[in-house]
Amino acid sequence: MNKEYSVADIENMANRLRLHVVKMTHAASSGHPGGSLSAAELVSSLYFRVMNHDPANPSDPDRDRFVLSKGHVAPVLYAALAESGYFPVEDLMGLRKIGSPLQGHPVRGKVPGVEMSTGSLGQGLSMACGIALAGKMDGRSYKTFCLLGDGELQSGQNWEAAMFARHHGLSNLIAFVDRNRLQIVGNTEDVIGLDPLPEKWRAFGWNVIIVDGHNVRQILDAIDKASISKKNPTVIIMNTVKGKGVSFMENNVGFHGKACNDEELAKAVAELEEVIR
Amino acid sequence: MTGQKLAQRNYYGKALKDLAASNPDIVVLDADLAGSTKTSDFKSVAPERFVEVGIAEQNMIGIASGLAASGKTVFASTFGVFATGRCWEQIRLAVAYPRMNVKIVATHCGISVGEDGASHQALEDMAIMRALPNMTVISPADAYEAYAATKAIAEYDGPVYMRMGRSEFPTIMPEDTEFVIGKAKILKEGSDVTLVGCGQMVTNCMEAAEILGSEGISVEVVNMATIKPLDSEALVASVSKTGCCVTAEEHSILGGLGSAVAECLCVNKPVPIEMVGTRDTFGESGKPADLMKKYHLTTDDIVEAIRKSISRKV
Repeated sequence: MNKEYSVADIENMANRLRLHVVKMTHAASSGHPGGSLSAAELVSSLYFRVMNHDPANPSDPDRDRFVLSKGHVAPVLYAALAESGYFPVEDLMGLRKIGSPLQGHPVRGKVPGVEMSTGSLGQGLSMACGIALAGKMDGRSYKTFCLLGDGELQSGQNWEAAMFARHHGLSNLIAFVDRNRLQIVGNTEDVIGLDPLPEKWRAFGWNVIIVDGHNVRQILDAIDKASISKKNPTVIIMNTVKGKGVSFMENNVGFHGKACNDEELAKAVAELEEVIR
Repeated sequence: MTGQKLAQRNYYGKALKDLAASNPDIVVLDADLAGSTKTSDFKSVAPERFVEVGIAEQNMIGIASGLAASGKTVFASTFGVFATGRCWEQIRLAVAYPRMNVKIVATHCGISVGEDGASHQALEDMAIMRALPNMTVISPADAYEAYAATKAIAEYDGPVYMRMGRSEFPTIMPEDTEFVIGKAKILKEGSDVTLVGCGQMVTNCMEAAEILGSEGISVEVVNMATIKPLDSEALVASVSKTGCCVTAEEHSILGGLGSAVAECLCVNKPVPIEMVGTRDTFGESGKPADLMKKYHLTTDDIVEAIRKSISRKV
């Protein structure tokens, strides 16, 4: 769908997603805006240009799949699904409220378009491997995309999955690392260092592409390049800024798991509305 | 009364092999133990639908979830300790919560694993699986029932945990036994006590009933192969008749069959209950028969528990 989205349109949509994220998390008085904002360009690129998906037929066996391993950034996923037409945009304000399908972390079966239940970190890549493997078994041409946080790469299950994907030649699997370098307690390199990260993935046999995660053109080119491989899975490491797009949230670890207060929301909305066409 | 000695896992492998031809959606995963769990039998006929994940149980559950999300009926097997304990939270998030069509089938459960010792003897697996919403928990009585249960869970759309032992032991069910998830089987009618067993303890239950029968004590033997959802209707009907109950399982009494029965009866039909099972302890290395004796999992232990339960009737 939406193949007509230009790079400028995708950039604009990324900021629209950001606006939803700050409003939704403010309305919920909780949630994870920082990592949602850093992933906005990627999620916008996938849902409005790259992925073959149809809100009218969310269980199409040939659809491309997106697994949000860093499930705490559910707000940006929900925003993209609503903007795509899976459910009304007004429903976004139900985030984290009792009775709403928009749970704090995504749940398969509650929200159309949510592929897998995530939220406990380190598990999404394994799930994505299973989906990609099923595609190979059934001779289907869909692609499986998986968004990983950088902090969650401290969990060993990711590396079990990385070995598996290479062993089974899951070239239909593309993983993204949102390398914003911040996790709840601070800088990833102060917590348990991940560098040199590209070398780790290369050692596991993956194709590695490094991009500016806020540059839509680079993201699209990297996905095109990844799609050429017929042998190995690809990881696209996206250098990003946590809280990107709202000046006082950028690189501010305090906004990992905290929503804006009323005053901050007004400022954030003003900044984002300034750049949205 | 009992039949030939057979290992449940061999009949699990046989069932998978038979299912390979009739059900093209089945995919089988194993974590480096296919020769022991007998999933190798499935691999021998459907190698394209067998996936070796290596020693990576957490990854195995995630992959199972992804395959199930893509329309597959997934069987994931390894030893009971690793199939449930190593990846419990993965099962919780990726299988139970989204109600995925994944069957976690474990072998080498219980103390009769023997010489490998406590690290390999699952005595808590039913407790931790039973606590998960959406999860069905099954412990078939013998090899024949393991075969029938494997076919039944393949037809059921949802998460299942099924446990089996390692060793050979005498069959108790007819070779053509049918299996309905959630339905208890009354193996022998009686009027003095309800004896509820699962797994290989069902064979001991029948022996205990025979011993006490010669003394004029009438034991009703219930094969409760589905621990969750528990067949509370059959259980309450039986204890309404007998007035007391004994449970027998090759598992800790904390959280297993005994707990499930007690949870049901304390609400619906309070009667004296005695539990045969391990008691807040790990196992150890030894010959299976010696371990069953040391940890009080024999026919004699069941007989004693029955006498005690009957004596507690008011």
